Amino acid sequence: MSKPRSTNGLRLLAPLALGLLVLASWQAACTAWDVPVYLVPAPSVIAQTLWAQGPALLGALAVTLKITLLAFACAVLVGTCFAFLLVQHRVVEASLLPYAILLQVTPVVAIAPLIIIWIKSPTPALVVCATLVALFPIISNTVLGLRSVNPGLLNLFRLNRATRWQTLLRLRIPSALPYFFGGLRISSGLALIGAVVAEFVAGTGGNATGLAYQILQAGYQLDIPLMFAALLLIALAGIALYSAMALLTRWALHSWHDSEVTA
Amino acid sequence: MADPVLQAQGLHKTYANGTQALADAHVVVRAGEFVSLLGPSGCGKSTLLRLFAGLETPSHGHLRWWNSPRLPAGEPGRSMAMVFQEATLMPWADVQRNVELPLTLARVPAAERQARAAEALAAVGLAGFERARPRELSGGMQMRVSIARALVTRPDVLLMDEPFGALDEFTRHKLDSDLRALWARSGMTVVFVTHSIYEAVYLSSRVVVMGARPGRVVADVPVDDAGAPRDEAWRVSAPFLHTCQALSQTLAAASAVAAA
Repeated sequence: MSKPRSTNGLRLLAPLALGLLVLASWQAACTAWDVPVYLVPAPSVIAQTLWAQGPALLGALAVTLKITLLAFACAVLVGTCFAFLLVQHRVVEASLLPYAILLQVTPVVAIAPLIIIWIKSPTPALVVCATLVALFPIISNTVLGLRSVNPGLLNLFRLNRATRWQTLLRLRIPSALPYFFGGLRISSGLALIGAVVAEFVAGTGGNATGLAYQILQAGYQLDIPLMFAALLLIALAGIALYSAMALLTRWALHSWHDSEVTA
Repeated sequence: MADPVLQAQGLHKTYANGTQALADAHVVVRAGEFVSLLGPSGCGKSTLLRLFAGLETPSHGHLRWWNSPRLPAGEPGRSMAMVFQEATLMPWADVQRNVELPLTLARVPAAERQARAAEALAAVGLAGFERARPRELSGGMQMRVSIARALVTRPDVLLMDEPFGALDEFTRHKLDSDLRALWARSGMTVVFVTHSIYEAVYLSSRVVVMGARPGRVVADVPVDDAGAPRDEAWRVSAPFLHTCQALSQTLAAASAVAAA
């Protein structure tokens, strides 16, 4: 179903207008009350900083994105394999699931120092931390999906003497896809959060530092406009990741799944 | 008399939760028959069909397929296919791939799959809808796809579990008459579960009436049409209405016994 044009326009224009309004009020308030830059910088100041520090910030963004994407890829790979393992047998699930949950409920900030000590090289250490954060939604959603098979179709496969492999490939995996993609959306955002948190904990200097380190440094030096600029880039990276996952989901499911067909 | 194809002798089925679905059921289905299993909800008619299909195992009693106690594994002349209450189509696959599924699972080569799917789709009046997705079709058309998927294996026995129960009456009448014509053309054996007396009498050569609590067979009623065609006129003919009335009384008597 295609929505009326005006609705689509509204969904784009309304948040844009609100954003501009907020930015304008922010700018006006900063000018009117002469708010010091080290408390709340005006949007124009943040924009200037973004421009002036552009190369350094983009370099930091690249570092953070690299860790995020590596962690996301690891989480998808490990999480999917783990999910397939879990659904093989009730005993396997009963033995492994509590540990997956343990991993999920332990805050990454608490384990990160340990991981950073164990893995000396910074990038792999940060990737491991971020992977731990991003892993669980992939596992839980994929397991749910692999189990959410239409019982009638399962009967049909049984009646036609389908092998375990055929049932997995032709029934369980396609049935799991909508759940898996839901997991991807959550996990992509968590990978970014995990990367930033791990950078904070690692807190090391050196040649290749990410956006979180930029924020830490800016904090020490009370360079609040730089802090805002780095924050803005993290937020934009998060939105970009989420949109990419939404597009991927639409591309994969648009022809058949209710969630995408009626959207 | 034709050879028995499906036989249930003293069949009992009690589910793990203690529900007694069938108690001492005796049913024989012969080659080429169109038999309806008719009864109220909870009379075990779907359970009996699932037992015939091999989806359930009996608690007691004996099942025989083509006079053998072993469930056939698709040998020539001994194949079965089932149509469920819902169309149970794969939403991600188009009509063609849905219909081909049983052949795909049996690793039939693509060219033959395609030819036989085309034949099955033509038989249910859906030629030209190969590329449609299930969600683009009406309930009646989805059920036709489901029937085509059963026909594609050219089954000797077609088991149908209230296939048209969720459809509106016009669609149901149309599918009933198409099914009857299909049966007459193909020489298949059909076992059809329904809770509609009219549908059972319209379609069948014989109606097995079942009662509830516990599920059991209460009567076995042949439908005598004296060679009259099963068309709209048959729906209002005297023998049709007479049989319906007799079945209705049998069902009422059975439920009175169960309530007493």
